[in-house]
Amino acid sequence: MLTFTFRRLLYAIPTLLFISLVIFLLLDLAPGDPMAQMPLTVPDEVKARMREALGLGEPIHIRYWKWLVQFFWVEPLHMLDSLLGTGFAEGSQRILSWQTRSPVVDIVMQRMPQTLWVVGTAYVVAILIAIPVGIYSAYRQYSLFDQAGTFVTMVGFSVPPFFSGVLVIIIFASQLGWFPSIYDTRLVVDSWSDFGLQVRQMFLPVMVLALQITSQLSRFMRASMLDNLNQDYVRTARAKGLREKTVVLVHVLRNSMIPVVTVIALGVPSIFGGAIITEQVFKVNGIGQLLITAIQGNDLPMVQTLTFIFAVLIVLFNLIADVLYGILDPRIRYD
Amino acid sequence: MKTKSALLCAVASFAMAPLAHAQDAGGERGRDGQLNILYWQAPSILNPYLSSGTKDVESASLVIEPLVRFDENGEMVPWLAEEIPTVENGGVSEDLTSITWKLKPGILWSDGTPLTAEDVVFTWEYCTDPEGGCAQAQYFDNVTNVEAVDDETVKITFNMPKPFPYTAFVGSESPIIQKAQFENCRGAAAPTCTDANFGPIGTGPFMVEDFRPNDVVTLTANPNYREEGKPAFASVNFKGGGDAAGAARAVLSTGEYDYAWNLQLSPEVLDQLSAAGLGTVVAAYGTSVERIEINQTDPSASLGDERSTVAHPHPFLTDPAVPAAMSKAIDRQLLVDIGYGPGGQPTCNILPAPEAYASTANDDCLNYDPEAAKAMLEEAGWVDEDGDGIREKDGVRLSVLFQTSVNAVRQDVQALIKEDWENIGIETELRSVDASVFFGGDPSSPDTFQKFFADVEMYTNNFAGVDPQAYMAGWRCSDIPSPETQWQGQNVPRFCSEEYDALVDELGDTADIEERGEIAKRLNDMLVQNYAMLPLIHRGNPAAHANTLGGIRMNDWDSELWNIADWYRISE
Amino acid sequence: MTNAHAPETPVGADRGTVAASAPVAGSEPILLTQARSQWWDVWDQFRNHKGAMAGAAVFLLIVLVVVFGPYAWPFDPTETNIRSRNQGMSLTHPLGTDQLGRDVFARMIQGGRVSLAVGMTAMALSLVLGTLIGVLAGYFRRLDGPLMRLTDLFLALPLLPLLLVMVLLFREPLTAAFGIETGIFILIVSAIGITSWMQTARIVRGDVLALKEREFVLAARSIGTPARRIVTRHVLPNVLSPIMVSATLGIATAIITESALSFLGLGFPPDFPTWGRLLNDGVPYLELYPGRAFWPGLAISLVVLSINYVGDGLRDALDPRIRGR
Repeated sequence: MLTFTFRRLLYAIPTLLFISLVIFLLLDLAPGDPMAQMPLTVPDEVKARMREALGLGEPIHIRYWKWLVQFFWVEPLHMLDSLLGTGFAEGSQRILSWQTRSPVVDIVMQRMPQTLWVVGTAYVVAILIAIPVGIYSAYRQYSLFDQAGTFVTMVGFSVPPFFSGVLVIIIFASQLGWFPSIYDTRLVVDSWSDFGLQVRQMFLPVMVLALQITSQLSRFMRASMLDNLNQDYVRTARAKGLREKTVVLVHVLRNSMIPVVTVIALGVPSIFGGAIITEQVFKVNGIGQLLITAIQGNDLPMVQTLTFIFAVLIVLFNLIADVLYGILDPRIRYD
Repeated sequence: MKTKSALLCAVASFAMAPLAHAQDAGGERGRDGQLNILYWQAPSILNPYLSSGTKDVESASLVIEPLVRFDENGEMVPWLAEEIPTVENGGVSEDLTSITWKLKPGILWSDGTPLTAEDVVFTWEYCTDPEGGCAQAQYFDNVTNVEAVDDETVKITFNMPKPFPYTAFVGSESPIIQKAQFENCRGAAAPTCTDANFGPIGTGPFMVEDFRPNDVVTLTANPNYREEGKPAFASVNFKGGGDAAGAARAVLSTGEYDYAWNLQLSPEVLDQLSAAGLGTVVAAYGTSVERIEINQTDPSASLGDERSTVAHPHPFLTDPAVPAAMSKAIDRQLLVDIGYGPGGQPTCNILPAPEAYASTANDDCLNYDPEAAKAMLEEAGWVDEDGDGIREKDGVRLSVLFQTSVNAVRQDVQALIKEDWENIGIETELRSVDASVFFGGDPSSPDTFQKFFADVEMYTNNFAGVDPQAYMAGWRCSDIPSPETQWQGQNVPRFCSEEYDALVDELGDTADIEERGEIAKRLNDMLVQNYAMLPLIHRGNPAAHANTLGGIRMNDWDSELWNIADWYRISE
Repeated sequence: MTNAHAPETPVGADRGTVAASAPVAGSEPILLTQARSQWWDVWDQFRNHKGAMAGAAVFLLIVLVVVFGPYAWPFDPTETNIRSRNQGMSLTHPLGTDQLGRDVFARMIQGGRVSLAVGMTAMALSLVLGTLIGVLAGYFRRLDGPLMRLTDLFLALPLLPLLLVMVLLFREPLTAAFGIETGIFILIVSAIGITSWMQTARIVRGDVLALKEREFVLAARSIGTPARRIVTRHVLPNVLSPIMVSATLGIATAIITESALSFLGLGFPPDFPTWGRLLNDGVPYLELYPGRAFWPGLAISLVVLSINYVGDGLRDALDPRIRGR
């Protein structure tokens, strides 16, 4: 198991390098212009000079090499510097965003808290709701609870957040005035009243996001439980006289969790990726909003760095999912 | 149309009337607490010399200021300058090659140091550094030298006579930055000065406390601001993100914010949100005109590299009867009613403002008349021979590809125009292109507005400031985009006329304001009457403000927030 | 451009994406005489599943309306009529008219054709791809590494730039070859298909990994059954349920992704209604004319719900342990 993990980690390095190259080429091939958002009143020569200043004139392999060096050498050094107060990275060029002309990594770190708060909370809430709902729906298949659950989750899934988000804003912010419709990223939680504010401003986006995630997870949970409930070992366990609770919550649940764990683990990178639409509707301005504004503004260094960070997380959590498989299901052999 | 705009102004001032009664009582600086502003496109940098995005320029205008601003009528107001230099008062040299500015005495930067002529000179040096890629370099075109005569006097020299010398340091796009702060940030070093770019020290009413790019700016009142008792607000929360509908809702319906910008929304939606009684929608009119550009060249894909170049004239759009009929068949007032509401008026001019430059010769286009349009086509020999509803002549079918950028209002307008044109027998295919591609200058993309691989396309253009010379010069033959120029150039419709070029040159030699106005009108009429473009809507910039917010004077000639120092909270 | 509703994050979007089941939905096995009794059993079982029958009926009804509606309905979906805009429900316009006076019901029918076609085809494509790659990776250890790295690559790719590149490269040749609507249809379907199979592949692979070590598979292998037969006879039927879930969720995702694409100008021409686009266009009018967002929302939900019930019924019917119970 350990060797398997190590080998996979080693394999991950060339994979990630390859991914970074593909992303780079893709972004470079895609049509678009960082100057597109400038007003048309700006003359073409000025735009051309601004592009020069961004380094767009250089050939692609040089830009890629520069990015690699900056991402894998300068940025880690810089992080070390800010931790230890040393000066290793002094004078070296960091990855600069084209839109803001400032280091990309600093902005990403600035955006992390709100994304983790909102999307992370929604994910946890969704897991906590989806698993029991999935279990009970499967156990009492076609009961009223199951039917209602199916209905709600399917509607929840088929309604996109640009609709449900605006709907809850109209109901809870405009009409009832219970919750704010705009998330204040400047809020620092250092007292109970601030915590109350934080909960209030998180409530609507978390609700919208959690509804979506719950819908998906509970469907997978239910399907997986249904598969296992009819297995022979369940009949054996019941025949042995085990209590129903033990049969369902220990035997069946453990086996049903295998595919669900994959889905959960694979979803974790998306917590860091944020949720573009929900963040936009509630003005949470987290990573998702950062990515979409960078894409719209053709801020290639920002898009490249963000997507590569996602790629690292995805590869990492794929590995974690595989390891979890092995732990949950001893029959799976990795060697 | 004039009466209409006058009427609209009257309505606007009437709407402002109740606010005028609740006059600002005055008082100490910072008495009104926090002001909440929502720009749904968030500012990404506060240095307008590195980004000319409207959001960046306008947010920076709270902090850094130019010598002169434009007021809501497009007239110059001395800001950091003592007065407007003219030939009469000796500020502009007789041969029009230099201008001398005097700064107001005693102005301090927010860090307490005095503003001097050196700062102005430095600003010029900063923006004209060849390695800097300055976003506002066009303001310093033809400037050969900027020198500090003394601490409060700056002399700008041009390499040719400038009949309109008020470009450098005029308007929100070329403000003065502090030399001490930006000294080490010139040229290639510009992006390394993140702190300065995110928190410029300024002379304006507010100073930056915290800047989060593309998210939120926190500003506080500048303790060294030159006017006693201003600004009335102690701090500004300048939030970004979301979309126009959400921003309108936050001001008009939930009342969480005091001011929201650029609310390009359907008039019905704005009316419905305003019904809550918390806020008001106001609009400022500048020179923005939504227009349909008529491709004078043939965009057929079969031409390969010579597509949309002057080598091949357009098979039917060069027949004036066709675009004339297309113009006549468009119901401009309806486009306003459905798409623009308070943010638009129908227009027949490419140059709709300022008043002195606006022609009245083309106003007939406002009369929607599809029957007349059909008659025009019949007369020119375009008839439907095969009975498929589409007119032909000599084997050429009237079939146009109509492209624009992705935007809900534009797509509605496209659908309406398509209906109008098909009604008179012109087949219309619609296409919408992502704005970042459409307005981008990527020479490898076939979808940019400058390549114009379509028969007609619709977008808005305008010019900064109040002088149309550079704008009108954009339709000279030499400015036609082509493969040789990497498809760069302002003359998107590929209009070419020697007469027009000569008139543009004449404008460059004329100093008298009234004469300039006459020439500009003639230029405008030539463009419109030769059907290089079909002007549709004179677009305003609609914004919403809370009813408790006073002092707003909407302005499209400068930053919308140009007079934020005078804003105040209306006490109930 | 600004209020572009992008699809959820390139990574986040595919939490539970994907696709219909060609192997399940197929009717062709009925032709095989030796299998006839088995599929007859399946049908018997399916017929007794009330939810599934109701779902199938609703789905068929929607398909019928959408397919034959344009021939029976007098209004054209793109015809504007300014005099009768923003009307409420009436006999002439059962769902009212929109801001340009277009008949909402006609637009719903037209939108349904596109959305259903896009949803089903894209789902089928991503399901086939996902299942194929998942089974190959899970069953053949040598393929596991490369295929899973490929999956990682696709999961990591930013969706939006990828689509921009695809549109740039393929729009002109496709529209030239198939005409504008079919060309863009192919483009969108393949775009959604190839960016949404990864989740299915991961899940299927996980299940196959576990199944591979189960006794019946070991038994089949020990008597020398060729790998292809083991996969089709023993493995595939046992991974049906996660595939079914993916399929039902995938239709909704495909329909919604299509709306986001159209909105960004990467999809169908602007005067070409789809359910997702109608929903999107209706949102600003939510308080004024709630119907405009409600009807397309309801249509999407109904389709997803009915397919979900059909999927449930199919899964039960295909499970030999339940059948005949």
